[in-house]
Amino acid sequence: MIQRIRSFPIGTTILTAIAIATLPAFIIRFLNGLGAMSNLSDGRPWGLWISFDLYCGVALAAGGFTLAAAVYIFQREKYHPVVRPAILTAFLGYQLVILALLVDLGQPWYIWHAMLYWNWHSPLFEVAICVMTYTVVLALEFSPIIFERLNWNVPLRIIRAIQIPLVIAGVCLSTLHQSSLGSMLLLMPGSLNPLWYSPILPLLFLLSAIAVGPAMVIFESTLSSRAFGHRIGQDIMAGLGRAIPYILGLYLLLKLVDLTARGDMGLIFSSYPINLLWWAEIVIGVIVPIVLFSMPSVRQSTNKLFWSSAFVIGGLVLNRFNVSMLALAPRPGTIYFPSLMEFAISIGLVADALLVIMLAHRLLPIVEDHDELAEGQELAEGQEAV
Amino acid sequence: MSKAVLYDANKCIGCRACQIACKQWNELPAEATTNSGTLENPPKLSAHTFTKIRFTETEYDGEFHFVFTKLQCMHCEHPACATACPVAALQKTKNGPVIYDDNRCFGCRYCMVACPFGIPTFEWDSPLPWIRKCTFCADRLGAGLEPACVKTCPTGALEFGERDDLITIARERIAALPDKYVNHIYGEKEVGGLSWLYLSPVPFEELGFPTHLGTEPVIVNAERAMGAVPPVLIAVGAIMTSVYWVIQRRQKMNQAKENDKKKAGVTK
Repeated sequence: MIQRIRSFPIGTTILTAIAIATLPAFIIRFLNGLGAMSNLSDGRPWGLWISFDLYCGVALAAGGFTLAAAVYIFQREKYHPVVRPAILTAFLGYQLVILALLVDLGQPWYIWHAMLYWNWHSPLFEVAICVMTYTVVLALEFSPIIFERLNWNVPLRIIRAIQIPLVIAGVCLSTLHQSSLGSMLLLMPGSLNPLWYSPILPLLFLLSAIAVGPAMVIFESTLSSRAFGHRIGQDIMAGLGRAIPYILGLYLLLKLVDLTARGDMGLIFSSYPINLLWWAEIVIGVIVPIVLFSMPSVRQSTNKLFWSSAFVIGGLVLNRFNVSMLALAPRPGTIYFPSLMEFAISIGLVADALLVIMLAHRLLPIVEDHDELAEGQELAEGQEAV
Repeated sequence: MSKAVLYDANKCIGCRACQIACKQWNELPAEATTNSGTLENPPKLSAHTFTKIRFTETEYDGEFHFVFTKLQCMHCEHPACATACPVAALQKTKNGPVIYDDNRCFGCRYCMVACPFGIPTFEWDSPLPWIRKCTFCADRLGAGLEPACVKTCPTGALEFGERDDLITIARERIAALPDKYVNHIYGEKEVGGLSWLYLSPVPFEELGFPTHLGTEPVIVNAERAMGAVPPVLIAVGAIMTSVYWVIQRRQKMNQAKENDKKKAGVTK
């Protein structure tokens, strides 16, 4: 391992510089309070951190539960090589969400109150409990990678034994909180634009998260294969890409049926200029990817798959910004644009996460996948043959 | 029975004694503001100002109207903030007030986003910030007193009492002077009912009141979604378990078949 370490790459240097440069924003936030460093106000109490770090962060970490479900529950062994990177990024993604919440909460040292004072009626309570629990589940799902590195066989065997229940728990928890992020907006019928406000928001949130899961895995795997020089089979990527049009198609259908049922279909043409955001989100994140991923020529090219998945991700990010910021009316007389230090916090957290991913790829067997189950079976077959 | 306050814009003279009484009772500091060209001050509710009188100059029915309205927490019958709060720091009490508990809150500000009237405020300048809003003087109510603002009002524009009684009084006033009042008690039905009721000489949209909210409590869709959580949890768990079991079994059977074939091949 040690001999393989290369000279300090340029990407790492830049990321480290960003991580250090953004550190003062964190310090100022805790010394002087939120008002001193953010453009948040009574008129716009939730800003960049909620839209980007919470709403986008949780959805973009959906690769963890979608891939875990595909490999361990639906037993599509083909996707085994990408399940570990997916779980690693999901695990880091959720830690990033929690870190961002620790910045955003007024009194983060009381975050444990969510475990003590329960309000079953609050969608945010559900999100809080699920995110906390699911992060523990992800840690356990991720732990075999560390145990393998350390050659700790006993805990490794224990985790392997409870792997399936863990994955099922992860899928349940993800279903709940991915949809609850949509339920949170159901309390704002007066301020969320009717193009987006719908009783089926929880379902739309869940579906879009499931669609962005494989897209995110394609996106990350392509980047990490370029950065770390390992290969991921084209058939894996093509298979992931093939699933996306079905999910997005269902999502689009539900969105249109919902708009028609509520009698607000006309708004997609009449509610200028806010309808441009709706169209941008649907065209970039839904229609274009459905077309692209349906083309065999796209699925055969790593490059084209990468850019197609970037469309899905871009559309999802726009959707989450729309519902939690752009199409959510502030109190009268409020204009909000994030402050530099708000950007610094969000960018700094992403840089930290990328650095950890780079470190993990160097130190841990993320890609060289030793699957005991598979090895055991081969062994058993071998013995039988003997 | 639930207590309420009836505010009659026709009786208010805009003296703002209620603002001062509120600051005194809740020990809130004054705010430094700049001249905005009107006597209306401060410009907004804040963590230091739980109530204020808004001045509106408007034309209605061919006449000029100079109308005052009192802003503060509406103490909804079905408050969005109380449903939103993940730690149940905000709660609707039986006798009317929506109360807030410092000892539970961790500052997520969901209540501020969820409130259809834009009422809860936050102590943005403090490194140890809490949510602040009108308390309906829940402490005074507990001691059998009326809220500080009602106590101080010199013209009877604010009237404290049982909600049902106040609605009856409001109806009588509209019936007695139909030219002076619009036929609408704001808060009787809005978002499922408010503990603060309003009478006005002009339609409420002229006064900047949200009139698009309807009579259904804003919490219904969220409550419905949250009610679906336990069945969804059980269903997803059951579906995932059975899918795993079925596929696992199918693979084992396939393997057994292949093994049989292999063995058959060997014996031949």
